[in-house]
Amino acid sequence: MMYKKKKVTLFIQCLVDTLYPEVAEAMVSVLEDLGLELDCPTEQTCCGQPAFNAGHQREARAAAVKFIELFEDAQVIVSPSGSCVNMVRHHYPDLFMADPSMLERARAVAAKTFEFTEFLVDVLKIENFDARFPAKVTYHDSCHLNRYLGIHHQPRKLLANIRELEFIEMKDPDKCCGFGGTFAVKYADISSAILEEKVQNIIDSGATVVTGCDMSCLMNIQGMLSRKKAQIKVMHIAQLLSAK
Amino acid sequence: MYKKTAKKAIADPILQSALSGLQGRLGPATASLYKNQPEGPDLRAKAHAYRRKAVDNLDIMLVTLAEKIRQNGGEVHFAATASDAVAICLDIAEKNNVKHVVKGKSMVTEEIGLNRALMDKGIEVNETDLGEYIIQLAGEKPSHIVAPAIHKTRKEVGQLFTEKLGTPYTDDPPTLTWDARQALRKKFMAADMGVSGCNLACAETGHITTVSNEGNIRMATTLPRVHVAFMGMERIAANLEEHQAILRLMSMGAAAQQIGGYVSYIGGPAAPDHADGPASFHLVILDNGRSRILADEEFREMLCCIRCGACLNVCPVYGKIGGHAYGSAYTGPVGAVVTPLLGGINEASNLCQGETLCGACRVACPLELNLPRMLLALRAKLSEGDSRWDVKPKSRPEKMLFQIWSRVNCNRKFYDILLKLGRLIQKTMPSSNKMIRRLPWPFSGWTRSRDMKPLAEKTFMELWKKNQGGKF
Repeated sequence: MMYKKKKVTLFIQCLVDTLYPEVAEAMVSVLEDLGLELDCPTEQTCCGQPAFNAGHQREARAAAVKFIELFEDAQVIVSPSGSCVNMVRHHYPDLFMADPSMLERARAVAAKTFEFTEFLVDVLKIENFDARFPAKVTYHDSCHLNRYLGIHHQPRKLLANIRELEFIEMKDPDKCCGFGGTFAVKYADISSAILEEKVQNIIDSGATVVTGCDMSCLMNIQGMLSRKKAQIKVMHIAQLLSAK
Repeated sequence: MYKKTAKKAIADPILQSALSGLQGRLGPATASLYKNQPEGPDLRAKAHAYRRKAVDNLDIMLVTLAEKIRQNGGEVHFAATASDAVAICLDIAEKNNVKHVVKGKSMVTEEIGLNRALMDKGIEVNETDLGEYIIQLAGEKPSHIVAPAIHKTRKEVGQLFTEKLGTPYTDDPPTLTWDARQALRKKFMAADMGVSGCNLACAETGHITTVSNEGNIRMATTLPRVHVAFMGMERIAANLEEHQAILRLMSMGAAAQQIGGYVSYIGGPAAPDHADGPASFHLVILDNGRSRILADEEFREMLCCIRCGACLNVCPVYGKIGGHAYGSAYTGPVGAVVTPLLGGINEASNLCQGETLCGACRVACPLELNLPRMLLALRAKLSEGDSRWDVKPKSRPEKMLFQIWSRVNCNRKFYDILLKLGRLIQKTMPSSNKMIRRLPWPFSGWTRSRDMKPLAEKTFMELWKKNQGGKF
């Protein structure tokens, strides 16, 4: 429980900051309800993941340097996005393999950066938030969250404890949604074909809400649900946990 | 080409259903086999280490293998390039007056274009793996490493057989298989040379191993007078124990089997104490760009790959575009890494970049190879260029966009100004239901099938500052 005494520094995914601020607000509300002291470096921007995934390591490194300088004094860093945490935890050290002093700093920041549901369940050991959300909900396993960070049971445990929430597992919940950063734009036809299958699985599940722990995948899913005029809401898990 | 062929594949409902059936069957079946190994869950990590050891000591492994095979009366040829390998085979064919060749399924002979070269010399070549036979009759390319004719329906195969073999039309798979057997049996009996690949070799024992589920490779390598086996130079294990572990994992990855149906260990030609086998046995060990991979620590891991195709059976991209879009013998995630490394990174840039990095391939790989890591490394080379790999920087406009992005991203003030500008511009974009319907270049691909959430009126950072970090 040592983390309960620590100040939590918010690492807000750029998509959440600029498109979905309500997701960050929901996360803040959950963390504040736990009595945690919060801090948010408002100079923060993108962690560099899109550049890194597209191969532009020089540009990604600049973003990483900025992030490390901004966050290295934090006690614990929490983010509502699995892929961004994966970027900081695994790829920041990769980016500084040739620079021992930066590598050490990158590793130090990586070691104290957690994804939101991981922080709640694995670090704070809290699984029940006395939330209430009366709806049929299905969950999409984001790839980086699931395969690179090993986070899959944590969000399901949290969802299981939300009152009046009926959880429905969709077919192939862990199959990629086709986002892949710039891939979705550069290879739009392939991306759409993959997304098509994901969206069909969501619709077939009968859920009225699809949730997850990464707004990039959820933004992709929302984009097609909206185009198809499907009456299914897309919500980050923090928004369900903060619902009373 | 990649995008165009991919688009065609996506629009083909028969192919889509075949791919989804294949992935639905094999993906989960392989995953469940991995979980139930007598050696426990770390067998795959161990096998990775076995492969890595063999690759790190490849010189010693190959010399040992070659010595043993020569002792057993076989001949070993080292081929630096694809054309060297082809020339060696043509030479053997000429010396042995070969007119008819039967082949076991082999991706490495696809890689070097052997069939065409043999046929150009007037030699009849028949593939004997059912899937390969079908696509050979159809004049097509394999679309899956293990299931080469996955893109063809049984109706198409029925029509093809009627046309090419003169058999009465049927779409009944057992009857079609029987028709192929009858046709192929004659080819086996008439062949004077058998060509095979090599799934794995073993340095300690000095043998190569072939695996099939139809028994055709065994026939192709024992009935004809001459057997020429082709092996990628990396396909070797140090000793029998390691060889067995890798072979089992390969069978799991390839076809969700504990072990393939027909496994043959071949160490040389027939001998007085074992009459079965060809009069002469040749092993062609192929480099064709592998030494360059070996020399680069970043990509050496790729030489551990045993081409089982397990990654194809889980890849979301392969699952939609099939094999032909990759334009190479090696398709799917393995193709996306190995084809650029063997054939040129710039030439195959779409293969390096056309993936989502979802990581399913890594989880499905029986040897836990980190394909996403290598895809990222290839992309980095395309961004900056690389003299060692003769890579020229690709897509200047994209690089420039990211350079501008980087400037903006490092300065929150600029970043906020740009966001303000974005909020103004997005008002001019067609939208409905609070979602943008059409985005301009370079994001236009997105809105071909998707809407886009517009920028929020205020960023979270603005809201946070306004609330002084207090309750929202």
